[in-house]
Order: sequence, then structure tokens, then C-alpha cells
Amino acid sequence: MKKKILLLLASLALVLSACATGHQTLKVMTHDSFAMSEELKTAFEEQHDVTLEIIASGDTGSALNKAILSKGNPIADVFYGVDNAFLSRALGEGIFEVYDSPLLAEILDDFELDPQKRALPVDFGDVCLNYDRLYFSEQGIQPPLNLADLLNPEYRSLLVVTNPATSSPGLAFLLATIGHFGEDGYLVYWQGLKENDLLVVNDWETAYYSEFSRSGGSRPIVLSYASSPAFEVIYADAPMDEPPTGVVSGDGACFRQVEFVGILEGTRQRDLAEKWVDFMLSTSFQEDIPLQMFVFPVNQNAQLDSAFTQHLAIPDRPAFVSPEDIALNRERWIQEWTETVLR
Amino acid sequence: MDTRVDRDRAALKYLPAMPHQARFKRPRLTSILLWLAPLIFLLLFYFYPLGSILGMSFARAQGSILAPFIEALSSASIRGVLWFTFWQALLSTLLTLAIGLPGAYLLARYEFRGKSIIKALTGIAFVLPTLVVAAAFNALLGPQGLVNSALMSTFGLQQPPIHFTNTLTAILIAHMFYNTTIVLRLVGDFWSRLDPRLGQAAAVLGANKWSTLRRITLPLLLPAIASAALLVFIFTFTSFGVILVLGGPQFATLETEIYYQTVSLFNLPLAAVLALIQLVCTLALTIIYTRLVSGLSRPLSLRPTHITQRKISTWRGRFLAGIVILVLMGLIVAPLFALGFRSISNFERTESSTARQGYGAPVWRGFTLENYRQLNINRRGSLFYASPATTIAVSLGYAGATVVLAILLGLPAAWVLSRRRSSFLNRSLDPLLMLPLGTSAVTLGLGFIVALDKPPLDLRASPLLVPLAHTLVAFPFVVRSLTPALRSISPRLREAAAVMGANPRTVFRHVDLPLVARALLVAAAFAFTISLGEFGATALIARPEYPTIPLAIYRLITRPGMQNYGQALALSTILMLVAGLGMLAIERFRIADIGEF
Repeated sequence: MKKKILLLLASLALVLSACATGHQTLKVMTHDSFAMSEELKTAFEEQHDVTLEIIASGDTGSALNKAILSKGNPIADVFYGVDNAFLSRALGEGIFEVYDSPLLAEILDDFELDPQKRALPVDFGDVCLNYDRLYFSEQGIQPPLNLADLLNPEYRSLLVVTNPATSSPGLAFLLATIGHFGEDGYLVYWQGLKENDLLVVNDWETAYYSEFSRSGGSRPIVLSYASSPAFEVIYADAPMDEPPTGVVSGDGACFRQVEFVGILEGTRQRDLAEKWVDFMLSTSFQEDIPLQMFVFPVNQNAQLDSAFTQHLAIPDRPAFVSPEDIALNRERWIQEWTETVLR
Repeated sequence: MDTRVDRDRAALKYLPAMPHQARFKRPRLTSILLWLAPLIFLLLFYFYPLGSILGMSFARAQGSILAPFIEALSSASIRGVLWFTFWQALLSTLLTLAIGLPGAYLLARYEFRGKSIIKALTGIAFVLPTLVVAAAFNALLGPQGLVNSALMSTFGLQQPPIHFTNTLTAILIAHMFYNTTIVLRLVGDFWSRLDPRLGQAAAVLGANKWSTLRRITLPLLLPAIASAALLVFIFTFTSFGVILVLGGPQFATLETEIYYQTVSLFNLPLAAVLALIQLVCTLALTIIYTRLVSGLSRPLSLRPTHITQRKISTWRGRFLAGIVILVLMGLIVAPLFALGFRSISNFERTESSTARQGYGAPVWRGFTLENYRQLNINRRGSLFYASPATTIAVSLGYAGATVVLAILLGLPAAWVLSRRRSSFLNRSLDPLLMLPLGTSAVTLGLGFIVALDKPPLDLRASPLLVPLAHTLVAFPFVVRSLTPALRSISPRLREAAAVMGANPRTVFRHVDLPLVARALLVAAAFAFTISLGEFGATALIARPEYPTIPLAIYRLITRPGMQNYGQALALSTILMLVAGLGMLAIERFRIADIGEF
């Protein structure tokens, strides 16, 4: 209780001192996976004489819903964290103002999914299947190379994925199969996976930390990210030279999630908001992204930490489905998938 | 029926009937004034946000306002969800009572060593986030968990014999795991104050143990049992995390469906209809409960526990007590220990282990505190890094504020409710108090955003919203813990005090308050644990620089890398310790107890 009061007093003092010195506050609304280093925050605050307030608002979908429902009287000045699966909803609801940042020049056109420049790309991550190297070397079988391999009998009962209705990587993987096999073929593929004894759980944590053989489960192939093996090295219990897991990165086997930032319609801090967006796209912030948020920079000039250059396989040709198609068909696809796989 | 039964019934009749309100007049104004604070709180932070979001959602409906209703009711899958929600909650409640009542009896009537430890341990379950509980059960019953490994090596099996995750059994066991403490606390506390002389009198009159239980004890306990059952039912009826994480994709409740419709599909009108259905069910149930219970409560002279409790003397008694304790331990404490054990264990995967176990199960390599040491290091200079000390301080701060707020609001409400049960005001307000528990957290969370958006109440990004949200959940618990105790205080005590010239406030201060002090502690423990373990609302509104313990656990467990997982387990163990110590501290208050008269 006392601590709480102290905390409140401290924050009150902060607010008061900010007002007294004519400081401005820039509010940035994000999902709860947002992170950055303290150093960068201080640098931005000092450079622009501003206090940065980060407002975390739950998972990606929940945070976006909050931004939409407070449209017109926005909670924050900038919103970061809408991904390509949700982009159409954000644009359709008109929560962003147009901002043509000069830094877009440093970003590959592939990432710019909103030609009107309301939502600007910040980072990307590839959702891919991972496999347990130890299992495959012990059993003397080759790990799968692409999605079609998983229908083979030697991979029977080995795969665990997550539910597209409840999990963001789950939806991304469903989109990968749609991008790869097409609208006509994806359900046939899933039917095959089901016959090969696929396991579906609701969330990534259960798949990765309970069912995956590396964590003590019985499934040596798991749905995760292309970056996961690198993080297995960086956050290993004991130092290791080689990642314990590998990535199934064949053509169209992965789906690329791109995350966007946008200036919220109705902000009273348009100038500062632009500065913040530029900052997020600049190399110093972009190079901070991987180790803080486990995703990768879109700015071509950003250098990756050596841990990543050694252990990271960024898939060359991820499957692609446009944000408009996702928005239009998401419900039907999930429903059809549910009928095929869960019933 | 033999005459013995009639005599039992006669014994019950000698208990004084419920007082007529005319007997003890108090101006109606007092009731209204006492209702004021809780009502303003509920109006401002519950009804107003809920009304706003429902209104806004229906305004988004295409076509008529009836369209989303028709959409909901004509969908076979949503009817299926409704049916499943209902029966799994009913089954969970019955199972929780089946486990909890014998436990409540044991804790209430007997004195034995380690009792407060058992109470605290069972209460810990209540605070753990679902992801952590899933990890705990997995450490115990997962494919390579302790039980399966033991069975496989004992019987030389190739496949794990117990299949736990993604089953209905997992849902039911997790619901029992979470909610047994509600029965233990609400029923156990009341039972421990029940005058044993009533039972003894029945025995003297010739009733055997079974008919004493059936005809004396159970009827007297019924209000407390009904309170506990109602809370467990509503909790499991609105279950979210357990269904999602442990039940898996085959199962959906109204709450998980609301989340799916809101977050994945942004179909707000349909989500609003589902939220309304959930609300109406809760309301209907609470009204039935209120009706039932109002005929059941009797004023009793509650006794201090040193009179009601005795030591277990017979071997048969010890044996039965042992079984009850064993079941509670197996269900609730074993997963907690499995979790704690994993957090201080060093595991290694080697080639040889692969050969032995087939999947390269990690082999235990002794104890280590590495996970705890790592928790204190901000390796990446991250802005949102928070040390365990910080998260503990933040969690305790919110929990303290919730306890104070929930009791300040709950005590007056419970007090009027127990006095003038037949007044129109009370009869209509009582069921409303339970509504926050039966409300979709997803819906209400959005309601805050829509409604509380203008000064002076622009709380959308304020940390104050956290204890307010926690209080909404804790408030019904506080009221339900207090009313059975307040109702059963014999009016004669109050009358005696009044006759001797005490004014109502003095009567409350010197008669009611000491008598309900024990129930107040139960209420405080509930508020404390609810706040400590709350995740959903906190995740939506907490400041990332000051995460609570569950929030910090969530951040760690959603990242790849065994070190992150190990740290998540370590922090979960810290959460268990904080919760356990907190509850022991609340129990401790009894020493300076005004309640033990």
C-alpha cells in the first residue's frame, strides 16, 4: 500500500515537473510485446525535449480494438503494432493519418503494404515450422524441407501447430498454406495433415513449451518463428555453439508478419508524432528491434547482431496473402479450417 | 419416517426464526446511505462502461438491432457453445463441492498441525495465471511429466499412458484446482463457527451421525454452501484461460467465443449479444440463489473456533482425515510443487536420454538457482525490464488497494443486505452485485475505453484503473463472504445492546464487527488473491514500466529460449510464495483478533 502510494506520488511528481518545465508528452499505444532499450528512449526524449509515454494495451487484436473504439478522441498520438493480418481493419476504420516519412526510402517496397502511407512498416517476422535437431539426428531421419513433406508417413504424429482462431502464428500458418497451395488446395493439404495425426493446441506457449519435444513434449516439429533457433542460442541455459532447433524454410513454407506504425487520427502532437515515426524507422531504433522484440528490421541499412547473422535463416520466399484478402476471407477460412481439422 | 427424524426437526424448530424487520426498526435512510458508495462505484465503473460498449456495439449492427440476436440464435455452433458452457460449469461446480466440502469439514471441525499451511497452499492455486497452471500440470501430467515418466519406466511402456492436455478432464481438474479454495474458505469458515451443541443436542435426542448431518448441519450450512456454489458456478461459467490453454481447440465457452468474435473477427454486435446472454444467465442464477437462500438463513450464535474444534482422536478419524488431506494435496499442492521443483532444477538433454525415452526427454541434473539469479539481470538494457522486487512491490500495491477498496464498498453493502432482506431496495440490488463476475472481461475492458474517456474521468490509460477493475471482481466475493456471517448473528445480541442504549453505529462497532471479523479476514484474503493473480484486465491497462508479477511472467513465457521459460517458472514460484505468505499474514491477524471472543 505504502509502495503504491509512493509510486503514485512519484508519477504525480513526474507529471507536475513535466508541466512546470513546459515539457510535452508523446503517447505511444502498442501491444504488450513492445519493448525497446532504455538508452534509446532517453536519447529520443532528450533530442526532442519530450516525455515519452508508452501505453501497452493487451495483445495485437485487443490493442487495435482499443485504438478503433477511441477514434476521434485518441488515447495516444501514435499506434504501433498492427500487423498485416489486421491492417485492413485498421485502415478500413480510418484510425491513421497519412504520413509520407522520408525514411521510407530506406525500406524495401515489398513491406509497404499501404500505398497511401497511413501505416508504415517497422519490422517483420516469419512464422515457420521449427524442428528438434536432436530428435532427427537420433532417429536418423531427414527433417522435412517443405510443407508437402509433412504428409509423408515418416513424419506421422510429429507435428504440433496452433489454432488460427486463437493464435496469431496459427493464423499466419494457415495463411501460409493458403498462399502456397491456393484456395483450392489448402483444405486438401490440411486433411492430409490431419490424417498424418497432426496435433492442434490453442496457443504458442502450450505448443512450444509443453508439446515440443525439445521442452519435454512428444512432438519434434512445432509451429514457431524463423528467429526462434537464434533465440534458443541467445537465451540458452548453458552456452551453445549451434542452435538446438532448425527451420522448415522451403518455398512458401513460412508466412511473413509485418508490423506497422501510424499516427492516430486526431492527435494534437502531429509534429512530435512524425518525429517518433521517423525515429522508429531510423537505423538506431531498427538495430535495437531484434534483441528487444524478437522480430527484424525493415530498414535495409540496419545491421544485425552477430548472433543473428550466424544462426538466422530468413526464408527467401515466404507465402503471400494480401491484407485485403485476409480481411475479406478470414472468418470463412478459419471456419472451413475448423470444419476440416477439428471436427 | 421414524420418530427420531421428527425429533430432529423439532430440534431445528427451537432455533429462533428469522426476525421480523419490524422488531428492530431503523430508518430507511440508513439503508440508502449505506448503499450509496457501492452503488456509485458500480454505476460509474460497471453499468456505465458496460452500457456504453453494448450500445456502441449494437449501433454497429447492420440492418435491424435484432439481426445479431438472430445470427447468434440461428447458429448451431453458438448454441453448442452455450450448452457446453452450461454443463461444464455445472459439472465443475459439483466436482468442486465434492472435493471441497469434506475438506471444509476437516478444516472447520478439527485442530491439527499444519492446518494453516494447508489453507494457504490451497489458496495459492487461486492466484496463478492459467499459463502457469498449464505449465504446472504439464510438469506433473504432461507427456514427459513426473507421473507419465514414472508409469512408463515402471511398466516399460513406449507411449505416455495418461493423456491430459486438450481434454475435458483437464478443464474439470483445473477448475477444481482453482475453485476448491472458495468452498474451503466460505463453507469452512462458517462451519468452524457453527455451534457444535446443536449437533450434540440432536445426538442426545437420538439422531445418528448421518441424520444429524442431513437434518441439522447441512440445512444450517446451506446458505454458505449455496454462496460458494454460486461463485464457483459463475467463475467456471465465464471460464476463459482454462478452456483456452488446457481445454484446447475442441472446446469453447461463451467467454472464449466473445473473445474470438471481438478480437479476431471484430464482430462487435454478435459479441455484445453473447455478452448479454452471459449476463442474463448470471442474473437469473443469482435471483434463484437469492430466493433460495432468503428462506434458509437462521440467526445462530456463532462460536469461537477453540470451542467448536477438537483434535482428531480415533484412528478411523485420522485415517479419513488423511484421505481428505491426500486428495487436496494431490489435486492442488502436487502441481504447485512440481512447478517449484522445475524452477530450481537443472535439466539437460543428451543423446543417451534420447535413446532411453524416445523423444530426448530432458534429464534432471540437480538443483540450481540460476533462473532466480537471471531474473535480476536486465541483459538487454530493456526499458520495460522490471526486477522481481519491483514486480512484487507493484503487485502488493495493487492488491493492498484492492483489499481496502473492496472492503470499504463490500462491508456496507453486505451489512444492509443482511438487515433488511425483504426491503424492495435490497431485493432488487442484491442480485445486481454478482453481475460483474458474470460479465465478459473482454467486453467490459472495451467499455472502459468507450465510457471513461473524458476528464475528470479519463482513466483509459491510468494505472488507477487496475485496482478499480480488480475491485469489481473482488467486491462480489467480499459481499458473499460477509453476508452469511452477518445474517446469522442472533438479533438478540443486537437488541440487548440497543436496550442498553447503544445507537446503531455502536451496535455495529461492538456487536456485529467483532462477530464478523473472521469473515472479514476471509473477504480480505479473497480480495488480496484476486488482485494478485488477475491477468486479463491488468494486461489491458497496466503501465509497462510497472508490471505486476503475472504480467512479467507472461512476458517471459511468450518468448522462445529455455532461459526465458526457466525464469517464468522462477517468477511463478515467487508469485506462489508471495500469495502464500500474504495469506498466512492475513490468517495471523487472528492473534490480535477482535473476532475470537
